[in-house]
Amino acid sequence: MTIAEKQEEIISEFEFLDDWLDKYQQIIDKGMSNPGIDPQYKTDEYLIEGCQSKVWVYAEYKDGLVYYQGESNTDIAGGIVAMLVEVMSGHTPDEILETDLYFIDKIGLKEHLSPTRSNGMLAMVKQMRMYALAFKSKRCED
Amino acid sequence: MLDWHFFNTFAQKYENDSKMSINIEKIREDFPILKKEIYGKPLVYMDNAATTQKPLCVVEKISENYLNHNANIHRGVHFLSQEATEAHEAARETVRKFINAKYAREIIFTRGTTEAINLVVSSFCRSQCKDGDEVIITQMEHHSNIVPWQLQQQDRDIRLKVIPFDADGVLQVDQLDKLITEKTKFISVTHVSNALGTVNPVRKIIRKAHAHGIPVLVDGAQSVPHMPIDVQELDADFYVFSGHKIYGPTGIGVLYGKEAWLDKLPPYQGGGEMIKKVTFEKTTFNELPFKFEAGTPDYIGSTALAAALNYVSQIGMTNIAEHEQQLVRYAKEKLSGIEHIRFIGNAKERSGLISFLVGDIHPYDLGSILDKLGIAVRTGHHCAEPVMTAFGIEGTVRASFGLYNTEAEIDTLVAGVERAAKMFGRR
Repeated sequence: MTIAEKQEEIISEFEFLDDWLDKYQQIIDKGMSNPGIDPQYKTDEYLIEGCQSKVWVYAEYKDGLVYYQGESNTDIAGGIVAMLVEVMSGHTPDEILETDLYFIDKIGLKEHLSPTRSNGMLAMVKQMRMYALAFKSKRCED
Repeated sequence: MLDWHFFNTFAQKYENDSKMSINIEKIREDFPILKKEIYGKPLVYMDNAATTQKPLCVVEKISENYLNHNANIHRGVHFLSQEATEAHEAARETVRKFINAKYAREIIFTRGTTEAINLVVSSFCRSQCKDGDEVIITQMEHHSNIVPWQLQQQDRDIRLKVIPFDADGVLQVDQLDKLITEKTKFISVTHVSNALGTVNPVRKIIRKAHAHGIPVLVDGAQSVPHMPIDVQELDADFYVFSGHKIYGPTGIGVLYGKEAWLDKLPPYQGGGEMIKKVTFEKTTFNELPFKFEAGTPDYIGSTALAAALNYVSQIGMTNIAEHEQQLVRYAKEKLSGIEHIRFIGNAKERSGLISFLVGDIHPYDLGSILDKLGIAVRTGHHCAEPVMTAFGIEGTVRASFGLYNTEAEIDTLVAGVERAAKMFGRR
């Protein structure tokens, strides 16, 4: 599946949820089914700055594709990072860097999260893109 | 126990109190914001320990002052200035009466509790402390009664000693005898914990301190809005509180200090108002209370604070205390029915708030769901990280009550917490 297709899938999951509590439930459930991060990466080194909750993201580069792992100490942030991992994982650095993450706006996440959570989510996206950028530069050097 | 004895005797004396219970519906009419809907649900405001909502009379006082009575105070010969000066000094008298200070000059207007503590700590340490001196605080202090002391440690070797609390969040006052030494210069304690709701026996602490000639500052940020306070009865050397936590505006607070101490301490900030005579060689300082009020005073804030104090006095602080005590009892009882709930702080003597956790649901998560239900609570460490460390937690959910809260609102809170707990499933 392309990044766009994955985004469409998430949008369709949220589409029929009118009540924001139901949307939150969906986010929480996303976090619950997320395998999380390998405990060895649950360290300050992989902690994302700018989140009120603690969020760890680790990425590795295999056969030209970036694979992310993410986890949070809170369930809502955990659900958000799970969705970002789901959408962005398994793609080339170029795909990740070129993609517009429109599902965030489309499901109304940005406007319905508190400003601190919304900023935290942007910090997650930024960090995940940084990984892609780093792998891309590394590939160029190789 | 002593504090509540005092509380009861004071309550009987409190002249404005009526025996009637208070009419909450009528009171709620005075607070326009309470009619607001949040995400289409009626606002349930339970973040009063952070700040309280403002009655119309306070808001109107602010606009009325700006629209009709605004002029810089003191030393003005013109009508408006004199009028504003009189209003500001009348506000000082209102505060004096409210906490039963002996003299109006013992009331210093500050920006809030934090500035009041910083003032005392700075002026006291600079003039009274030397290397090796000790200061005693409690384990349940707000950061604003920890960090100012640590700032002083940059200039002199002052040791901070801490009165611990037990598993219920009750202060181990007996430890004080062991903690006080010949080097103890000051004791600074909170009256009510903003994280646990514990009411500390400050009278007992003050008596013990005074037996050793040690002055005591009481942080009244969380007590003044919830119970009658008599600083003379307590015999506190310094007592501080914020206006915005007692239905007044932000940016105004009060430092009460015994005249003898305030006379002894040097000014905190320099500028206009606080001087008697200035030459480039030497400046002599003004008398109390102006010595500690450098710059243009917040005369709009002071008069609006007075309006707030008059408002709560009309309702009666004893009535407010009784109402809030009932809310805390009711909330504790109803919340207890929730599976896996854990109360952080179980002191018998408590006031105004309840801190809790449900299972391993993170407080941010719980608070976010309650928010979507229109319920405003605070989540996190409440600027009292040592308290969280003691309990081995990152934070709590804190529901804190004001005079306008109702049992029906607590039912909404309880239903909200139950619903949230269900959403986070696995518990």
